[in-house]
Order: sequence, then C-alpha cells, then structure tokens
Amino acid sequence: MSGGDAMLEVSNISRSFGGVRALGGLSLSVAQGSITGLIGPNGAGKTTMFGVISGFVAPDTGSVTYRGADITREPAHLRARRGIARTFQIVQPFAGLSVGENIAVGSYLRHAKPSEARARAEAVARRVGLGAMLDQPASALTVSGRKRLELARALATEPDLLLLDEVLAGLNPSEIRDILPVIHDIRASGVTILMIEHVMQAVMALCDDIFVMAQGRMIAEGKPDAVCRDPQVIEAYLGHGAAARMQEAGNA
Amino acid sequence: MKRSEWLFLVALLAALALVPLLASNLVINFLVTALIVALAALGWNILGGLGGQISFGHAAFFGTGAYVTELLQLRLGANAWAAAVAGIAAGALVGLAIGAAVFRARLRGSYFALVTLAFAEVLRILANALDVTGGASGLLLPLQPGAAHFQFDQRSVFAWIGIACVGAVLLLTRHMMNSRFGAHLAAVRENEDAARALGVDILATKLRAITLSAAITAAAGVFYVQYFLYLDANIGYGTWISIEALLAAIIGGVGTMAGPLIGALALHGLGELTRGFAGSITGIDLVIFGLLLVAAIAFAPAGIVGAWKRYVGGRRNA
Ligand SMILES: Nc1ncnc2c1ncn2[C@@H]1O[C@H](COP(=O)(O)OP(=O)(O)O)[C@@H](O)[C@H]1O
Ligand SMILES: [Mg+2]
Repeated sequence: MSGGDAMLEVSNISRSFGGVRALGGLSLSVAQGSITGLIGPNGAGKTTMFGVISGFVAPDTGSVTYRGADITREPAHLRARRGIARTFQIVQPFAGLSVGENIAVGSYLRHAKPSEARARAEAVARRVGLGAMLDQPASALTVSGRKRLELARALATEPDLLLLDEVLAGLNPSEIRDILPVIHDIRASGVTILMIEHVMQAVMALCDDIFVMAQGRMIAEGKPDAVCRDPQVIEAYLGHGAAARMQEAGNA
Repeated sequence: MKRSEWLFLVALLAALALVPLLASNLVINFLVTALIVALAALGWNILGGLGGQISFGHAAFFGTGAYVTELLQLRLGANAWAAAVAGIAAGALVGLAIGAAVFRARLRGSYFALVTLAFAEVLRILANALDVTGGASGLLLPLQPGAAHFQFDQRSVFAWIGIACVGAVLLLTRHMMNSRFGAHLAAVRENEDAARALGVDILATKLRAITLSAAITAAAGVFYVQYFLYLDANIGYGTWISIEALLAAIIGGVGTMAGPLIGALALHGLGELTRGFAGSITGIDLVIFGLLLVAAIAFAPAGIVGAWKRYVGGRRNA
C-alpha cells in the first residue's frame, strides 16, 4: 500500500468529541484506481474518518493529503471541486426537490449550463437505476431509492475519489445484487473508491484492500482474505476470546 | 415552473395594466401601493422563499433605497433616474454587508431573523436621529412632474411602471430558478451539508441571494419615494414593510413565482376593506394581517398559490 501511487494519504488523524476519543491517531492510504474497504464495528469511528477526509470534521491532529496537496484545512466544497465526493450514511436528500433536481445539484459542479447539467443528471440517474423517477419528489423514494440517490448525486460531480458510507445498508439481498455491478462499473470508469461497508459479501467481492478500525484505532490492513483471518479482526467483531475459540473449533 | 402558471401570471399582469384605464384614482392608488409591496415581497422571496433564510428586516433595504434616492436628489441635485439606480445599488450593498456579517457568523433560522430585524431597527433609529435624513420630520421631495424627474402627473403611469418592474423581476426570478445559482440556492435551503458535499459554496450562495434580494426590495423603496414624495424613518425603515414583504410572500405562497404578487394584492385588498369597515380602530389592519397569517399557516401552509394548485390537482384527479 505504501509507495508513490497513493491518491489519498491520511496520517495520524485524531479527533475527540468532548470526552469521547472517536479517532485515536490513525492512518490509511488509498491507491489510485482501487476499491479500498474501511470496515469495523459500529462506533469504530469510520464515518468520522470520512468526515475528516471530506472536510466535514476538523481533526485535532494529523493530515490529509490528496494527490500530493495538503487539504487538511480545506473547506468541504473545495474538496468536492478537487474531485472528492462522498455519500452520507444517514441519507441527506434535498427533500423538497425532485430526484432529477437533486442529482443536477451535483452535475452543476462541472456543467454551468442548465441544459447540460440536466442531461448529465439524467444520464447518471439511468446509470444507478433511477431513470424512471426523475420527476418524483425525493421524499417519495424508498430506502433503496434514497441510497441510490446519494450515490447518483455524488457520481454526478464526476469525482476521481468516491467515498461511500454504507450504501448497501438497509437493502435486501436482491437490491444488493442489483447495485454491486453499478459500483464495479464506477471503478471500471476510472473512479477510485473508498467504501465503508458492513455487508461482508460485498466487501470481499469488491475490495482490493481493506482497513479495519475498532474504537478509533486501525487494527489491521491488507488483502480481504488475509484480513478476515486476522485474529484481532475476529475479536473486534465477535468479542474477546473469539479467535481462540475458533482456533480450537478448527483444530477439534 | 409550469407553462400554465406562467400564462396565468402574464394574464394577471395584463389585467392589472388595464385597471388604470378604467378605475378611479383611489383604485390606482391601491394598485400602486400593492405593487410596491409586491416588489418588496418578490425581493424577500428570493432570500426567504427560494433560499430559506427568513428575514424580519427587509426594511433595511427598502429604506436604504428610498433614502439614498431622495437624499441624492435633495442634497446633491442628482437626476432622479440616476438617484434611483444609486438607491438600488446602495440597497444591494447594505444587503451584502449585513449578509457578510450574519452568514459569516453562521446565523440561521430565528437567529438570522432577529439579527436582520435588529439591523433594520438600528437604521430606523439613526435615520430618525440624524439631521441629514431630516430627523423625525422626514423629507419631502419637491413636486417636479416630468419623465426626466421620474415623476408623473398621472398616477396610471406609475402603475404601469410598477407592473413593468414586477414583470421584469418575475422574469429575472424565473431565469434564476432555472440556473445553477437557483439550484444552489434550493440546495442550501434544503440541506446545507448535502450541498457542501456537492461543491456548493454556502456562504457565496447566501451572499448572492441576499444582495439580489436587497436590490429588488430597495427598488420598491425607490418607487415608493418617487410616488409619495415623502419619507421618514418609520416609513423607510419601519417594521411595516418588513412585515408586509414577508406576509405577502408567505400568504401568497413561499418560494412560488406568483406568490408575492398575489399575496400583496390579497393583503392590500383585505387591508383596504377592513379600513373601510372599521377605519376608526387604529391598527385594525395589523390585527387582520395577524389573523390572516395564522389562517394561512394553519390551513394553507403553501399559501394561496399552493392551496389553488392542490384544489386544481384534486379536481383533476377526481
Ligand atoms: N458530532 C459528534 N459529536 C459527538 N460524538 C460523535 C460525533 N460524531 C461521532 N461521534 C462519536 O464518535 C464515535 C464514532 O462514531 P462514527 O464515526 O459514527 O462510527 P462508525 O461510523 O464507525 O459507526 C461514536 O462514539 C460517536 O458517538
Ligand atoms: Mg458510520
């Protein structure tokens, strides 16, 4: 993972909220062109980490470097202009606007002309399976529709680095099967992806590299199959002693 | 916006343009006053309706437009039209300055509303106290009928200019709503975090909106002073215009194109009626305005335009 090809370098980030230390001095890097996974139990600090990378949360220490530029203190909208887009785990639709208008806010970032921005928005909507809903109010979408809208808006900004925060959470298996190829296709089009995900099937299928967080610390990193066998990771997910018990079960 | 809505607006403006040909001076007076409030409300609507930043202090812009126009003519002998342009520019500048102070401090919601009110009140007290603004006795613009002086013998000319101004601002609003800026403004109103994530500069968007909003409301102030020729602090910077601009936009239908115009006509129609029936009771029109606002919020939160759309939509589906 080290080396000159890292598109995003996050180093030694810490951040506390009052007495809660959400991030305890952790680092990660994302290689250009990869799909990198960020996993860990609830409350590990993953979403806060996304906030630090996208400019919504100011870190107490550490730095964020994107394509060689230090962007640690840069406002969120300027990072979006640089090509970093994010989705929100708790979806944030523009509830009073239509699906098409929602997505067009994203496409206006690269296209000032209304007709062009709308055409791009329409194309993005079709790509994520919202093509038939353009004129619907965003508030009328189902959970799966809202997740797609988050994805569509971020995509419409034509990002180079896409941060996906649990876009599969709350979807049923068939909806997940529908959206996995979309994510594959986004990467194939040259977009680098950093994704927070709980659905392990998706993480294993999609990710080149995985970082594992627990309680504000990075406890493991590596290829998906190696990470899954890591005793520390198993303990973080299943509780203290779980790795040893699994080992015994395996030996018996 | 839909074609039918636009056609309705054009028809309404055309009908209003016929009124001066048929009606008495009293009716024309009513129409001009309603148009001035409509213009102020159209300005308010850009920031409050489209941008979601509810201001209680648009008097700050109305008064600045009015005072600058009048003072430039009185004190420096400026041409009325040049003074009008300067008045609008000054209003825009005051808007930008208040916006820079308030939005930089990230004031939103009721805090924003109260601080705008405070700014307008400070200006009112200053205008009332200073000599240059004529103090409490106010300023009278000499009667000088003639197109070159932006004064007209016939009130109907004022009505037509007012209608043209309202039409121009409606066109501008439509153009804006369909532009990138309009999309950014809607995004800021709906969800600032989501907007930021999509590259929207929240501060710049709000500053543009308040500047444009202030310029339009300042134009209403300019128009007021050219029509009535008299100005004092309670007229220029008084809360009446802040309230009427806000009420007209809300009662008409917040964030809709036609709302401010329809709201202003409805508000003033009702105001005149109550004054006719109960003219002796001071402040009765304010009581009616209050009741109207409560009724609008309770029964038609989307205003007259919204209620009408729902009614038409319901009949179509029935
Ligand atoms: N704005 C905030 N204020 C206070 N505490 C916060 C805030 N954001 C996150 N936290 C806390 O930081 C910790 C990490 O949260 P989060 O980043 O959402 O974890 P994850 O996404 O891994 O589930 C949690 O304990 C959470 O309560
Ligand atoms: Mg999270």
